[in-house]
Amino acid sequence: MKLHELTIQQAHRLIKQKKISSQELTRAVLDRIDDVEKNVDAYITVADEMAMDQARLADKAISKGNFSTLTGIPLAIKDLICTKGLRTTCASRILENFVPPYDATVIEKLKKEGAVIVGKANMDEFAMGSSTENSGFKPTHNPWDLMRIPGGSSGGSAAAIAAGMCIGSLGSDTGGSIRQPASHCGVVGMKPTYGRVSRFGLVAFASSLDQIGPLTKDVTDCAILMNVISGHDPADSTSVPVDVPDYTSFLNDGLKGIVVGIPKEYSTTKGIDPDVSDAVRRAVDKIEDLGAECVELSLPHTEHVVAAYYVIAPSEASSNLARYDGVKYGYRDKNKGNLIEMYRSTRSKGFGQEVQRRIILGTYSLSAGYYDAYYGKASQIRTLIIEDFKKAFETCHVILSPVTPSTAFKIGEMIDDPLTMYLSDIFTISANLAGIPGMSVPCGFSSAGLPIGLQIMGKHFNEGTLIRVAYNFEQATDFHKKKPKF
Amino acid sequence: MKITKEEVIHVANLARLDMDEALIDKFAKQIGTILEYVDTLNRVDTEGVTPTSHAISLTNAFRKDDVKEDFGKDSALANAPEKEDGNFIVPKIIG
Repeated sequence: MKLHELTIQQAHRLIKQKKISSQELTRAVLDRIDDVEKNVDAYITVADEMAMDQARLADKAISKGNFSTLTGIPLAIKDLICTKGLRTTCASRILENFVPPYDATVIEKLKKEGAVIVGKANMDEFAMGSSTENSGFKPTHNPWDLMRIPGGSSGGSAAAIAAGMCIGSLGSDTGGSIRQPASHCGVVGMKPTYGRVSRFGLVAFASSLDQIGPLTKDVTDCAILMNVISGHDPADSTSVPVDVPDYTSFLNDGLKGIVVGIPKEYSTTKGIDPDVSDAVRRAVDKIEDLGAECVELSLPHTEHVVAAYYVIAPSEASSNLARYDGVKYGYRDKNKGNLIEMYRSTRSKGFGQEVQRRIILGTYSLSAGYYDAYYGKASQIRTLIIEDFKKAFETCHVILSPVTPSTAFKIGEMIDDPLTMYLSDIFTISANLAGIPGMSVPCGFSSAGLPIGLQIMGKHFNEGTLIRVAYNFEQATDFHKKKPKF
Repeated sequence: MKITKEEVIHVANLARLDMDEALIDKFAKQIGTILEYVDTLNRVDTEGVTPTSHAISLTNAFRKDDVKEDFGKDSALANAPEKEDGNFIVPKIIG
């Protein structure tokens, strides 16, 4: 096996046995990026020198016997998580030259473990999109079929994992932005419970929905990264002081005693690709074979989640993005006369179309005369969606579903049809609105050879149970072992 | 049309965005379609339902008012598009 193909756990074992150094591993990953970046376009910034410096430091620590599972492991970080001294653009022209003066809390935690940051991964601008086509710089290509999208918004992170251009990665998920690209690229992705992981230093899109989480080559690696990034942070008042378990401890338990729920509304959702529903049905059967009990349940407000989300998320975004005014940081159009003209021109030139579309939609929903009809109504529907899940989890431990209704579509296919693109988020959005954890794990391939993901959702702070179900399924199948050829 | 061109112009003004005629047209159509879809929410009876703004109930997070080290002026200004003598420079505000 080539070094860049290793998982975190495999690489850690070789480092521990002194068979490889972090510098060798980091060099191998950087060489791999050199070879395939022209095809995949997974990165906005590759941090060659900084990464090799970090690898040298890691090797020094390792030689002193001072290391943990992540020491010396090369990671890709979605380009909306602040990295001190390393450009963080959110894939937006408005932040093209922004170099954060501080590290996000998750980055501080990774650095404390001695992890190596190889680069900043491409994404939809400000995480708004499901395809990474809305990047202000370039679209990312799906390693399984370079003509297709990798999903989004964490498309760069997912493609980098699938193509061996990093060993592990972090993304962020506001409506499916970790799980959907994980599904399209055949990798593992976890959106933790809202408040499980600090958002300090995560550039805000929709503050009541955003969460940082891992994208990895397998479930074990997901548990390893969750152990490091989780926990309360005084710098994020919405992070929750709930004890963090050792997530790798959930890898030892079987599925006896686990009840999985299948929402009946999901099977009647229109437009599901038969390849996807077949793969998910087989996955559910497999999980039942492994000892879990299956029950049917109901999430009656499923048909309204997309509409509620596309009021709430743009509303929060329009407020969060008001800070980009060309004064304190970022792009400024210097040719404009007075202050207001400068704001307007800076924002219009700095933001891409999808971002402007959502700012308009959000500002409209919040504006005088429309607030009750849109934001108010959507927030009430959100309560009903949360109650649906509360009731569902009285009868089961986890809920299984597809991640997306179809496999990855072709680049350019949906770019001028925002509503159809939004509707493809139907299965992932609920977890963000309800604040519950959700995970995507590979469960098959379409007839065209494109990856399909199984979504596992659970109760607040029950990431361990998701990892347990995902690991048992993964170990009984070999979808995660298949690699794209290109 | 669910949202008129005039409304798009009004909202763009509130959001401090400039738009040419073609973009206003395009957004009026696209956002109109999205709002028509959003109107399906009116089919749900929400009489008496408490709205949710956060899925996890939040409590006020208090901390001691201790003085801590900050970025310092230079690094706080490092990303400013225009600066002078430790200040952000903005275009003239009052005529």
